[in-house]
Amino acid sequence: MNRENGKSERAPHVAACPFCSLLCDDLIVEQAGGRVRVLKNGCGRAVSGFENPDGPSQPRLKGKPATIAECIERAAAILRGARFPLYAGLGTDVGGMRAVLSLAERTGGALDHMHGNALQRNIGVLQDTGWMTTTLTELKNRADLIIFAGTDAVSTHPRFFERLVWNQESLFQLESNARQIIYLGAGLNTKPGRSPEGRKPLHVRFDPPRLIEIVSALRALLAGHRLQAAAIAGVRIPVLNSILEKMKAARYGVLAWSTAELDYPQAELVVEACVELVNDLNASTRFSGLPLGGNDGAMTANSVCAWQTGFPLRTAFAAGYPAHDAHRYSIGHLVASGSADAVVWISAFRAAPPPAAKPLVVLGALDTHFSEEPDVFIPVAIPGLDHAAQLVRLDSVVSVYLERQRTSPLPSVAHLLTEIQNAL
Amino acid sequence: MLTRLSGGKVYDPAHGVDGEARDIFIRDGRIVAPPSGGVKPGHEYDLSGAVVMAGGIDIHTHIGGGKMTIARVLLPEDHSAHPVGSGRITRSGSGLATPSTITTGYRYAEMGYTACFEPAMLPLNARQAHMEMEDTPIVDKGAYALLGNDDFLLRLLAEGREQALINDYVAWTLETSQALAIKVVNPGGISAFKFNQRMLDLDEEHCYYPITPRLILQRLAQAVFDLGVPHPLHVHGCNLGVAGNVDTTLKTIAASDGLPLHLTHVQFHSYGTEGDRRFSSGAARIAESVNSHENISIDVGQIMFGQTVTASGDTMAQHRNRARAYPKKWVCMDIECDGGCGVVPFRYRDRSFVNSLQWAIGLELFLMVKDPWRIFLTTDHPNGAPFTTYPHLIRLLMDKSYRNERLATIHRGAAAMSTLGSLDREYTLYEIAIMTRAAPALSLGLTDRGHLGLGAAADITVYKEHKDRERMFSQPQFVFKDGELVVKNGKVIKITHGGTHVVRPDYDKRIDRILRPHLEKYHTLGWENRKLRDEEIVGDGQGRILIAKCTPPQTA
Repeated sequence: MNRENGKSERAPHVAACPFCSLLCDDLIVEQAGGRVRVLKNGCGRAVSGFENPDGPSQPRLKGKPATIAECIERAAAILRGARFPLYAGLGTDVGGMRAVLSLAERTGGALDHMHGNALQRNIGVLQDTGWMTTTLTELKNRADLIIFAGTDAVSTHPRFFERLVWNQESLFQLESNARQIIYLGAGLNTKPGRSPEGRKPLHVRFDPPRLIEIVSALRALLAGHRLQAAAIAGVRIPVLNSILEKMKAARYGVLAWSTAELDYPQAELVVEACVELVNDLNASTRFSGLPLGGNDGAMTANSVCAWQTGFPLRTAFAAGYPAHDAHRYSIGHLVASGSADAVVWISAFRAAPPPAAKPLVVLGALDTHFSEEPDVFIPVAIPGLDHAAQLVRLDSVVSVYLERQRTSPLPSVAHLLTEIQNAL
Repeated sequence: MLTRLSGGKVYDPAHGVDGEARDIFIRDGRIVAPPSGGVKPGHEYDLSGAVVMAGGIDIHTHIGGGKMTIARVLLPEDHSAHPVGSGRITRSGSGLATPSTITTGYRYAEMGYTACFEPAMLPLNARQAHMEMEDTPIVDKGAYALLGNDDFLLRLLAEGREQALINDYVAWTLETSQALAIKVVNPGGISAFKFNQRMLDLDEEHCYYPITPRLILQRLAQAVFDLGVPHPLHVHGCNLGVAGNVDTTLKTIAASDGLPLHLTHVQFHSYGTEGDRRFSSGAARIAESVNSHENISIDVGQIMFGQTVTASGDTMAQHRNRARAYPKKWVCMDIECDGGCGVVPFRYRDRSFVNSLQWAIGLELFLMVKDPWRIFLTTDHPNGAPFTTYPHLIRLLMDKSYRNERLATIHRGAAAMSTLGSLDREYTLYEIAIMTRAAPALSLGLTDRGHLGLGAAADITVYKEHKDRERMFSQPQFVFKDGELVVKNGKVIKITHGGTHVVRPDYDKRIDRILRPHLEKYHTLGWENRKLRDEEIVGDGQGRILIAKCTPPQTA
């Protein structure tokens, strides 16, 4: 990186993108005039993330400009006075999570991610029944049938089809153009599911919260039961039977769901039904689930928490040791009930609104807007853009090393939390 | 500063020292010669009567990587039941079968172990495996990279490509995943399962690639040998857990054709089909074969009764075992055209005929394999039992009357099928020091570990003599890691950070020409990201990379 007039320059090079949990690491970016530009392989989300200006970085105390040192001191004072602080948002990298866990343990706090509700719908099922799942490279090379249950994948992971479905070549003579795509649900962007040759996906439409009925009916039909009804959630039985036949005939089918989009009470039952359907199909063929999600560092936060404490997120150190409770230690419950008496909100990848809580410390993207200024606001560096970072991909198997792409004066979450802990 | 450990009974098999009272001097983390006249040690520990050994080395323990974290999330009950509070200097954690990483480091150190090796690191999960190991304090770590179910290698073999190319690929894998050795799990079987093949024996053909497990095994063993990697190919064979697999295991030993092989958790691969229940011990046949094949080493994978979880790369076997899950939940994953993982919780019961016989088979293997330099003490943590059962296992090996007491409590039908009661052997402290220190270090190529010679790293464990060996081995009086006193009376008193052992064999870098296009075309992780950088392991200075030397045969 060479620097002229204080502006750093770097010729086009490969970079990894931290702005969704696909963690695409084939972007070509350059740095010119202090700005990063995405030249190739960037989706809209990546472009707006990378090209986000490195703006004013003034930390604030209740809206008033302050130094970082003053903010650290104030944050430490808030935590010293808190009986049960909540560390929430958790949009950060592996290094940031290590620091969060250390501080949360020291202060007897609780942990939950901004996508905690979505995460928990998967974690709850994993803890109850387990599952059979696959990862992105398997999908790309093997899947001859991909069923999207209540999700279109691209709304949360824009390059899903481009990178993983309509790839020109695959390992096992699978004609990627011949892949069958089925969408279950409504309100989905099904355009990316059209093959490059123009073959349309099958779209089975019904009221989205009735997905549980569709998946359960498929299970019942697979088990050989006859259904009395002529239609389930408005979908005629012969249509369900034809889907089932495709599933049974698939050599390697994948059933994808996204718990962020299953946003209604008892949605974990849908996940459980999907898991059981996949398990049943494996009696005769190969089929795998693929839970989509994990944006804003959710997979990273959950993984680091799990290996360091033994539990997934929604874990608290109030008793002096980690304890996990999916309800009691959720952001929603801790804030609404007032049991958390201070909140540290962390969102380094993008501006995400913190919950209405007091006192509130925010380590957030510099363009975070507040309806009411928090007690402490420190704009933080973006992992994988302003500092090198490690992040865990959505399949929770692969992790990616992201190089620093620009010089930023902003501190990292890890650095700030370590300083706050030192100041306790 | 010079430290003197005086008067302990030293067991240092690498130098033939068998319980003689000796002084050991430590300076700057190393064992040094006695000072010339007049130099006073800054610190002195009077160890008269105590037993002194090098720090323990666990050659096969699942401590880091995605499947362990899946197992942790799968089993909140294991963690709720075993909380570990924060201490004055120690961090909190939880779990017995799959302890959290920080707790794992403390427990190993508190048991007198100073190095542990994760035996099943998928190259595409290597980054996370190392991140977890970096969060495992005090002990040194290292990992074996899994090959033999990755489509790149299977393709090369199916195309009949030359050995030199295989060697380069194996070396590239070791380098980029920062591994110490190579392991193969159910050669070809994990891949075959993705094509819906449910069984694959040593000489059966993979349903997609026209190759057999035997070929995969031989080519990988050859590669490891040619590259001069100190640890032989680490083999989890075909047909894990299947009654009658003793024949497969014997054929696997024969297939080695003189090349060094390490067969892991052999207990799970030593089952015959005799008796009314068509399940019997094959331990005697395995032991006889190991005894007569100098090129073979094994670890046992002893089971203990109680709740644990089995975590393995062997999806073919784990999917078969899912019906036995306890509690009733399990995970199987196909991973990245690289491998797989299967996590099945399990409770071994002393009232079960099969579990009881498994327990006896493990002990039979320990007692019938004669050379302690070629058999290592493992429970295949957590698959047979958590590593914290090692002191109990040591007592079973060292104390025949205790062993027979325990034998009397297992399923009677199993006890009747086992020769265990007639085996009189009792391991000596010297033999324990071989199988838990000197031999693993030698096998892994850790030249400055596992012994107490001049220049060795001062990883030293001191036990108070006790006739109850379980008590003795579960609470060392002192543990020194790189010369620092980290454990006193079985409790961590200082937190340090160990290094990561790796190998860096020489190879022809032109492998990139065929490997890079393959990965870029078919994979989803970029070329640059396949290589784990040293700085990712060293971190902010807590980690260290320790390179074990490779000695290819032509230069040896």
